[in-house]
Amino acid sequence: MSTIVFIDTRGDKLPKAAQEAVTYASKLAGGPVTAVTFGNGSNLESLGAQGASKVIVARGVIAVDGQQLTKLVTDVAAKEGVTTIVCVQDGTGKAVAPRVAAKLKAGHVAGAIALPEGNTFKRNVFSGKAQAFLEVTSPVKVISLMPNSIPIAKGEGTAAVEEYSGDLGPARITVKEVRKAGVGIPLPEAEIVVSAGRGMKGPENWGPIEELAQLLGGATACSRPVADMHWRPHHEHVGQTGVAIRPNCYIAIGISGAIQHLAGVNQSKVIAVINKDPEAPFFKAADYGIVGDAFEVLPKLIEAAKKLNADR
Amino acid sequence: MKILVLLSQVPDTTARIAFTNGNTQFDASGVTFIVNPYDEWYALVRALELKEAVGAGSVTTITVGAADTEATIRKGLAIGADEAVRVDVQPTEALQVAEQVAAYAKDKGFDLILAGKETIDHNGGQVGAMVAELLDLPYIALASKLDLNGTTATVERDVPGGVEVMEVTLPFALSAAKGMAEQRIPNMRGIMAARTKPLTVIPAAVTDNVATTKSFELPPPKGAVKMIPAEEAGKLIELLHTEAKVI
Ligand SMILES: Cc1cc2nc3c(=O)[nH]c(=O)nc-3n(C[C@H](O)[C@H](O)[C@H](O)COP(=O)(O)OP(=O)(O)OC[C@H]3O[C@@H](n4cnc5c(N)ncnc54)[C@H](O)[C@@H]3O)c2cc1C
Ligand SMILES: Nc1ncnc2c1ncn2[C@@H]1O[C@H](COP(=O)(O)O)[C@@H](O)[C@H]1O
Repeated sequence: MSTIVFIDTRGDKLPKAAQEAVTYASKLAGGPVTAVTFGNGSNLESLGAQGASKVIVARGVIAVDGQQLTKLVTDVAAKEGVTTIVCVQDGTGKAVAPRVAAKLKAGHVAGAIALPEGNTFKRNVFSGKAQAFLEVTSPVKVISLMPNSIPIAKGEGTAAVEEYSGDLGPARITVKEVRKAGVGIPLPEAEIVVSAGRGMKGPENWGPIEELAQLLGGATACSRPVADMHWRPHHEHVGQTGVAIRPNCYIAIGISGAIQHLAGVNQSKVIAVINKDPEAPFFKAADYGIVGDAFEVLPKLIEAAKKLNADR
Repeated sequence: MKILVLLSQVPDTTARIAFTNGNTQFDASGVTFIVNPYDEWYALVRALELKEAVGAGSVTTITVGAADTEATIRKGLAIGADEAVRVDVQPTEALQVAEQVAAYAKDKGFDLILAGKETIDHNGGQVGAMVAELLDLPYIALASKLDLNGTTATVERDVPGGVEVMEVTLPFALSAAKGMAEQRIPNMRGIMAARTKPLTVIPAAVTDNVATTKSFELPPPKGAVKMIPAEEAGKLIELLHTEAKVI
């Protein structure tokens, strides 16, 4: 039984999700694995620290063309007699992993959150309100790992980087442009998220939210009405119909905690809620709570965060 | 312009999530079922807008499910789909669903196949991509914008740190996320018309089982919330650092 891991490593920094996936694959395999990737990413040899002995990279592929990438993954899988293919449950993975599974008639675990017991994998269902145990019965398995599900291994070792030389056919999807949104840490990767809702009254009041996030080294997020009213950009909207996140720390300010909002954030490790209404449903899902006016509480939090940063 | 929209039925977003039969089955008692929001609000509405812009063509919905999905299927017709297809089998797994859709669509010549970003019960985000693979079509996951110029489409999706703008030629498939369209509320005329629009039931193709959900689990109940007085709000930062160790 042999295992490969398909990751997106484009850009000048190795994404956290890629390092997690290599860690997961090598734990699953019980030894070193081959990583498969594409594009112009650097530092690929350092994936040795997470358990990759070899990285095969298709340099010419720039865009996420699921057909080219599916061919890449299934080619390498065929050559190496692979029966387990690990991917990431993110934008790139969602365009490739299900295709690979369909092509190989393999069971697909869409969003594994832990190592399996035998062939049974745990994953989130009902928008994080429950978990399911999915047993894969096909000979080949495709497992897409949910980001932030395991700590990154920090071992020794350097992976050999090898260029893929096969023919992946023409790209049927071309990228015309990437418009930068100028955000700091991408929301799904953030360990700390400071989020605010309609309780902030208007977009002009977001200064302290951004300041607190920055002081804590985190990202900002918002509830759906806030994005719908264009107070904040859409990509910050978290919840059932927005981005689902699972940071270590979620601080919610002026958000009521509607069930659809909770669905996207209830997997956070620790939740702190600030709301002036003691009956706000969010307190039931919180680890820490402050009943108070955001406009009075925020300056105190900012002051404490500054002090913390000065002390460490 | 022939468009196929994948419509699934899911429990209402406020439904109480519970399980029966030794945690092997979703407890549907007292639960209202709805069209999966991504399928209805984004995929279906954008399909209708594109058809309206071209002024010709058809929008067909397909649902893999038992007869109890017909009320939700009619909602799609009430919003404006021209016809609906139901593949008569209980969905058990993503590849099974995709194979049913592909078996129906393979010789119909659809220009566009639109799925939702994910079902809010299974949260897989996978059926659309599987259909695309089985039909050898390009596929874009999590599209937030779709415009057509003849047979060339411009599609946008959010990526970490920005928005990626892509070009692809018909036919292709995508999954629709927020931004693609605005929710439409069916009006009385639509609801009346839906009663007489065709809802064709077709038998299921034979598929292999590759994965099975064995059981479910509810997350452990949260411990009590620790309250901090507003005057001492700064203590929260301290506790998150020293006690919870998350900042
Ligand atoms: C199908 C469906 C899907 C949905 N998907 C999502 C989703 O993905 N994400 C999402 O967020 N919502 C979603 N919603 C909407 C959701 O139901 C709620 O309406 C929404 O989350 C409420 O946003 P809010 O908490 O910011 O606003 P509100 O409900 O208006 O709450 C504002 C809160 O701020 C508090 N407040 C007011 N002033 C202050 C102050 N000065 N200081 C401190 N606190 C203050 C109030 O006490 C209140 O609790 C969805 C709804 C539906 C029907
Ligand atoms: N039983 C089904 N019938 C028709 N379409 C479905 C079905 N299940 C899922 N889909 C479509 O596939 C998308 C992704 O579903 P999933 O992979 O389950 O998250 C949904 O948003 C629907 O558009």
